[in-house]
Amino acid sequence: MSKKKSPAPKKENAKQSPKDKPAEKPKRPPRPPRTKMPEQPPDIRIKNFVEVPYGLTPEEAQLEAARCIQCKRPKCVEGCPVSVQIPEFIALIKDGHFAEAASKIKETNVLPAVCGRVCPQETQCEETCILGRRGEPVAIGYLERFCADYERLGGHIKLPKKKRPNDKKVAIVGSGPAGLTVAGDLSLLGYKLTIFEAFHKGGGVLVYGIPEFRLPKEIVETEINYLERLGVEIKYNHVIGMCKSINELLTKDGFDAVFIGVGAGLPRFLNIPGENLNGVYSANEYLTRSNLMKAYLYPTYNTPIMKGRKVTVVGGGNVAMDCARTALRLGSDKVMLVYRRAREQMPARAEEVHHAAEEGIDFRLLSNPVEIIGDDTGVVKRIKCQKYQLGEPDDSGRRRPLPIEGEYFELETDLVIIAIGNNANPLIKATTPDIETNKWGNIIVDEFGRTNKNFVYAAGDIVTGGATVISAMGGGRKAATGIHRDLMGIKDEDVQD
Amino acid sequence: MYEIVEKYEEVPNVHRLVVREPNIAAKAQPGQFAILMADEQSERVPISIVDTKDDTFTMFILELGISSAKIVNMKEGDTLEAVTGPLGMPADLGKYGRVVLGGGCYGIGAIYPLARALKELGNEVVTIIEARSDYLLYFQEELKAVSDEFFVATSDGTEGTNGHVQDVLVKLIRDGERFDHAKFIGCTYMMMNCSHITSPYRIPTKVALNTIMLDGTGMCGCCRVSVEGETKFACVDGPEFDGHHVDWDELMKRKSSYLMEEMLAYQTAPHTCKALEKAYSGDSK
Ligand SMILES: Cc1cc2nc3c(=O)[nH]c(=O)nc-3n(C[C@H](O)[C@H](O)[C@H](O)COP(=O)(O)OP(=O)(O)OC[C@H]3O[C@@H](n4cnc5c(N)ncnc54)[C@H](O)[C@@H]3O)c2cc1C
Ligand SMILES: Cc1cc2nc3c(=O)[nH]c(=O)nc-3n(C[C@H](O)[C@H](O)[C@H](O)COP(=O)(O)OP(=O)(O)OC[C@H]3O[C@@H](n4cnc5c(N)ncnc54)[C@H](O)[C@@H]3O)c2cc1C
Ligand code: SF4
Ligand code: SF4
Ligand code: FES
Repeated sequence: MSKKKSPAPKKENAKQSPKDKPAEKPKRPPRPPRTKMPEQPPDIRIKNFVEVPYGLTPEEAQLEAARCIQCKRPKCVEGCPVSVQIPEFIALIKDGHFAEAASKIKETNVLPAVCGRVCPQETQCEETCILGRRGEPVAIGYLERFCADYERLGGHIKLPKKKRPNDKKVAIVGSGPAGLTVAGDLSLLGYKLTIFEAFHKGGGVLVYGIPEFRLPKEIVETEINYLERLGVEIKYNHVIGMCKSINELLTKDGFDAVFIGVGAGLPRFLNIPGENLNGVYSANEYLTRSNLMKAYLYPTYNTPIMKGRKVTVVGGGNVAMDCARTALRLGSDKVMLVYRRAREQMPARAEEVHHAAEEGIDFRLLSNPVEIIGDDTGVVKRIKCQKYQLGEPDDSGRRRPLPIEGEYFELETDLVIIAIGNNANPLIKATTPDIETNKWGNIIVDEFGRTNKNFVYAAGDIVTGGATVISAMGGGRKAATGIHRDLMGIKDEDVQD
Repeated sequence: MYEIVEKYEEVPNVHRLVVREPNIAAKAQPGQFAILMADEQSERVPISIVDTKDDTFTMFILELGISSAKIVNMKEGDTLEAVTGPLGMPADLGKYGRVVLGGGCYGIGAIYPLARALKELGNEVVTIIEARSDYLLYFQEELKAVSDEFFVATSDGTEGTNGHVQDVLVKLIRDGERFDHAKFIGCTYMMMNCSHITSPYRIPTKVALNTIMLDGTGMCGCCRVSVEGETKFACVDGPEFDGHHVDWDELMKRKSSYLMEEMLAYQTAPHTCKALEKAYSGDSK
């Protein structure tokens, strides 16, 4: 059920009608402008790890909710990968029923506090919101965040009714958004769930990748707590493939099904000279040190991190923005971002690019590193880049970046962070050779997350390659449906949507 | 929770630790390691698995910096925050013929499972261990029991050969010993020197690298080493690599990455400063 999104008409018509025209017929009062989310000013926030936007007050949320015109055929819902009931939850906010609004969202999205913060709304729900045609779309993300926060901070989180326990046990490998979704869905249906997580903390990229200033870890902990209250068991420090294989989970440990949600955790490097110098990090290492191991609280926390005076981040996605903004907060004097396309083509969320620019990240666009140069003690000194220009559009529809022959420049730098994406971690494939993967190592599944192996399912980044939180959750939900049908003996054909 | 069932200081600074972890006990193969965290603030420390018994496994830990110090300062009955494993590829083991093994510092313990497995496979095992002085040698009886020949070197000459593993190795080879395979575990210097010695004699040589690590599952790339010009991750492609093809120069440089920070952490360890933590997190409420 993939939804192709047509590019939304941009704001050509945003200008209001010229005021020299005398009002002929009485007009509707102008729609109030989209609510701005108050946030920490850039010069303050680059010195701390506290979340940047403060969130809306109940009054602000109700004002914003009142902007929604409650479309009969809401376009916004079509833009959301999990079809959150957007007009319904917004109406509840408007009437002041905040906790109910949160429950409404949770019918389709179990992590609203996360998605409200990290979904790329401008290419999803808000892109298709009808108000965006003539002005600014409803701030759906802000509202989603608001009611989830209201519910959490007010202690209003209620445990939904669970179905009577059945006798089926399901193992979940990986506690990222995909795994958490499967755990939530299936435990409500009465299954006994066990999550196996490689790290000593749960949440996947939500804890080791996305920084505190964008997604406070307390939120992820609350979500995990909630699952534990639902009866989900979490076994940390279990690297499946090493301490147990997928097959052993099914045979020796007696699980009826196994879900694989291990993410895409194999850092890509540029494969250029100098990449193993001291002072070159993968984004995964840099962010894991800072977030999961809390190197920003060093030495209270014992894991060190190189700070760097002049930092160069390579890449243009969310990961690159997170690295650049983390470097600023760790006290670097200057942070540059080298990206081979133009700013409009950055895959990062618009808000992150905007925040990064506000904070003074120096964008070195249309350029790409060709060599990292070190001193004789093996420490990074400079990075050599080639200039690029934009050519014809490629398969992704973005104009292809082309190197300009002979045009190079060098930047002085003592820390380089490579944030150009992840490939599939080969551990599961290596230890479960009969699971089918594509040429990039991603696990192949059907519409309901079924792999070629009986009673083994997968979703999230290990299936799609690096994507988004909400798409990992959407995939998890499908897989939960697949697991439920297969374990209950329900045939796909017998179910009509 | 991971209970410490046995712990004592074998020789000054080297601690034997036995921890309950049924998965590791059931699965560990020679050459694999575990990652330990003493508490929530600790680094993730990779440590070689030396032996397993029932649902426990044994390690030898050298106290170096803050995170290893925290572990060795725990007592029997205490529980570690995290124990993950087994990790890494098992060591290459086969019937080679005559095999020489070298171990120094924690490698004296870490070489043991290899010696035992190689012996069981029908190899003749020659083991050499090194320490600064005689009182720092440990685990000798156990090693002798699985070795056909056993040699000791001490830097101060208080026992065995005056010098290092490589000095014994050179002497054996000069005296006409022929080895079909070699493995070394210990400090990077020793492994490098020994690899340089076996190289001209074309003795296939494996070394267990102890790079800096973080996750230990191939996710971060911090353990990368160049082997034959190719980047490898020590935690998943190793830790055992061909000693004749490791880029030793790069490895040495990468290992010193955090020297200053580690000293700071050690010095400031005992007092966890809440005010500082607050200042860092910007939480001034
Ligand atoms: C820095 C960064 C910023 C991002 N920002 C955004 C954003 O703003 N918005 C957005 O929508 N998306 C963002 N993403 C992408 C998004 O986080 C991912 O698409 C999503 O987390 C994928 O979820 P997942 O459940 O598939 O896997 P993950 O979140 O990767 O979780 C996988 C989990 O499995 C565990 N695991 C791996 N192997 C094993 C094993 N063998 N045994 C046991 N456990 C294992 C891992 O430790 C991890 O906890 C970002 C990603 C990164 C890295
Ligand atoms: C696969 C693998 C297996 C290992 N097995 C064992 C084991 O069985 N027993 C054991 O004691 N250690 C073992 N190590 C090494 C151990 O992980 C490190 O000694 C430990 O991480 C040090 O942490 P720390 O915080 O205490 O010291 P740090 O604060 O990280 O370091 C303190 C000082 O020691 C130096 N240093 C760090 N590591 C080493 C090293 N390996 N050799 C020499 N100097 C170093 C640092 O540069 C620094 O100056 C192994 C490492 C790997 C990768
Ligand atoms: S889940 Fe994401 S895309 Fe869907 S409505 Fe919420 S913010 Fe929008
Ligand atoms: S499309 Fe926009 S205005 Fe219409 S229901 Fe959705 S949020 Fe409201
Ligand atoms: S320790 Fe992270 S990849 Fe090896």
